[in-house]
Amino acid sequence: MSRSRRDLVWIPTFAVLVAFAVPWPLWGVDRVVAGLPVWIWWHVAWLGLCTALFSLFVRSGAWERGMGRGRESGPGSALGGDRP
Amino acid sequence: MTLGLSLGVVVGYLLFALAVGLVAYRVSEATAEDYYLANRSIGTVVLLFTTFATLLSAFTFFGGPNLAFAAGPEWLIVMGTLDGVLFAVLWYVIGYKQWLIGDRHGYVTLGEMLGDRFGSTGLRALVAGVSLLWLFPYVMLQQMGAGEALVGLTDGVVPYWGGAALVTAFMILYVVLAGMRGVAWTDTVQGLFMLSVVWIAAAWVVSAVGGVGAATGAMLDARPEFGGFGGGSYTPGFIVSTAITIAFGVTMFPQINQRFFVAKSGETLKRSFVLWPVLVLLLFVPAFMLGAWAAGMPIEVPEGANVLPVVLNEYTPAWFAALVIAGAMAAMMSSSDSMLLSGSSYFTRDVYRPVINAEASERREAWIARLGVAVFALAAFVASLFRPGTLIEVGDTAFSGFALLALPVLCALYWDRTTRTGMIAGVLVPQVAYLSVVLSAVVGAVPTLPRTVAGGWDVALGLMVLSALLTVGVSLVTAPTADGDASRFAVAGD
Repeated sequence: MSRSRRDLVWIPTFAVLVAFAVPWPLWGVDRVVAGLPVWIWWHVAWLGLCTALFSLFVRSGAWERGMGRGRESGPGSALGGDRP
Repeated sequence: MTLGLSLGVVVGYLLFALAVGLVAYRVSEATAEDYYLANRSIGTVVLLFTTFATLLSAFTFFGGPNLAFAAGPEWLIVMGTLDGVLFAVLWYVIGYKQWLIGDRHGYVTLGEMLGDRFGSTGLRALVAGVSLLWLFPYVMLQQMGAGEALVGLTDGVVPYWGGAALVTAFMILYVVLAGMRGVAWTDTVQGLFMLSVVWIAAAWVVSAVGGVGAATGAMLDARPEFGGFGGGSYTPGFIVSTAITIAFGVTMFPQINQRFFVAKSGETLKRSFVLWPVLVLLLFVPAFMLGAWAAGMPIEVPEGANVLPVVLNEYTPAWFAALVIAGAMAAMMSSSDSMLLSGSSYFTRDVYRPVINAEASERREAWIARLGVAVFALAAFVASLFRPGTLIEVGDTAFSGFALLALPVLCALYWDRTTRTGMIAGVLVPQVAYLSVVLSAVVGAVPTLPRTVAGGWDVALGLMVLSALLTVGVSLVTAPTADGDASRFAVAGD
C-alpha cells in the first residue's frame, strides 16, 4: 500500500518534466555556450533526464502499479503481460 | 545532367521502398488482422521505429526547418517538449491502457473500442468520421511537402504538382499492395536511414561553413534575435498551446493510436517509452538546427520552396542532396501509408460494416478499403494543389482537430461514470466549433474567425477544455445506457 502511495510522487514528477522541458528560466537569455544558445543545451540535458527518469519509472514497477496491475494486485499479473 | 541524376536517385529510392513493402506483403497472411495490425506481433525496434516514422513527415523534415529558418530555433524546444516528453507521458497514460484493453477484447480501432464500451454504433462511426476528417489535411500536407521538396531540389524544373503527384502515386501503390507489415518494415528501414542521413547532412553542412560555432555566429549576425529564447512569434501562449494540442492530437492520430494495439508485449511499450525522448532529440536537433543556421548562410530560398533542400544543394554534392530528399519523400510516403491504412480500417470497420453494409464479404471489404485509400489520396492531392497554408499551418490544423478527441477518450478510459451521451456531446460540439473556425478561413463568404487569441493562444486549446467539461458535465446529468459496460475498460488484476 505504502508503495502505491509513494508512486503518487510520479504525477508531480511527470508534470515538472513536461513543464520544464521548455527552458522557461532562460527566457530571453542569449548566451552562446559551446556553439549553441545555452537554452538548447538545457533542453538537450532535460530530455536526457527524462529518459533516465522514465527508465526508473519502468524499472521500479510503478508502470504496472499505475494501471492497478502491481505485484500486490494478485497472482498471475505477469509483469509486462506478454501475449501468449 | 545533375537534374537527371537527382530525379534518378529520387525515383530509384521510391522504387526500392516499394520493393521492401512487396517482400513484406509476400510473408504476410491475407487476413484483415494481419493487413492492419501485422497480427499484433510487432516488437520493440519495429514498434519504436514505426511510431517514430510517423514523425518522419513533411511536418518534421520541411515544415520544421522552414519555421526555424523564418522564426528561430525555438521550434526545437516546442517539438522536443511535445513529442519527447508530453507524448511519452501520454504514451503511458493512453497508450498502455489501450494496449491492456485491446489485448483483452481484440480491438483494432479506437472507434471500435469506444463503441463497444458504450454500446453505441453511432459513437463508433462518429469517432471514425472525425478521425478521417482530420486525416485529410495531414495526408495533403505530405503531398504539399513532396511537391515543394522537388521544386527546391530541381530549382523549379519539376513543378510543384509533379512532386505531389509522384508521391501520391507511390502512396496508393504501396498501401494497396503491402498492408501494416510492409509499412512497419519500411518504416524501420527508413527511420534508421533518415536518422543517419540527417546527421551526415548536418555534419557535412557544418564542416563546410566552418563548424558549429561559426554556423551559430553567422546565424546571429544575420538574425540577432535568434539567440535569445522566446520572442517574435514564439510567445508563451504559442509554445504552450502548440505543444499541448499537437501532443494530445498525435495520440489520436489513427496511425499512432492503432500502434497502441499492435505491440507484441507490454515490454515493447515500456522500452519504447524509455527510449523515446532521446530518439526524438536525435532527429530534431540536426533537422531544425540546419533550418535555423540557414538564416546565416549566403543562400537564396525561392518562394514556396523548402529551406532544407536548398541548403543541401548548396553545401553537399548533388547525389547526396537527392538522396536526403528521396529519403525524406520515401519516409513521408511511408507515414502517409500508415495514415491511409489506418484510415481505411477506420472506414471499413467502423463506418462501412456497422452502418452501411453489415453483410459485406471479407473480399468485398478488402476491395472497398483499397478503393477508399485511392479515392482519399487523390482527393487530398487535388486539395494540395490549392496550397491552403504553410506546412506548419496545415499540420497544426490537423493536430488540433485530433486533439479535441483526446480528453473525452481519457475520460472514458479512466472514469467509469462516463456516459454515452457525455461522450457524444464531448466529441461532437467541440468538433463542430473547430470545424467552423477552420472553414471560415477557407470559405470567402463568411468572416474569418480567429484561430488564436491574446498573443498566440490557440482556440483549439480552449475547445479541448470545453470537450472535457462537456464530457464530464453531460455524463453527470445523464444515466449510463443499458448497452454500456464500464467493466470492458477494467484492466486491474487478472
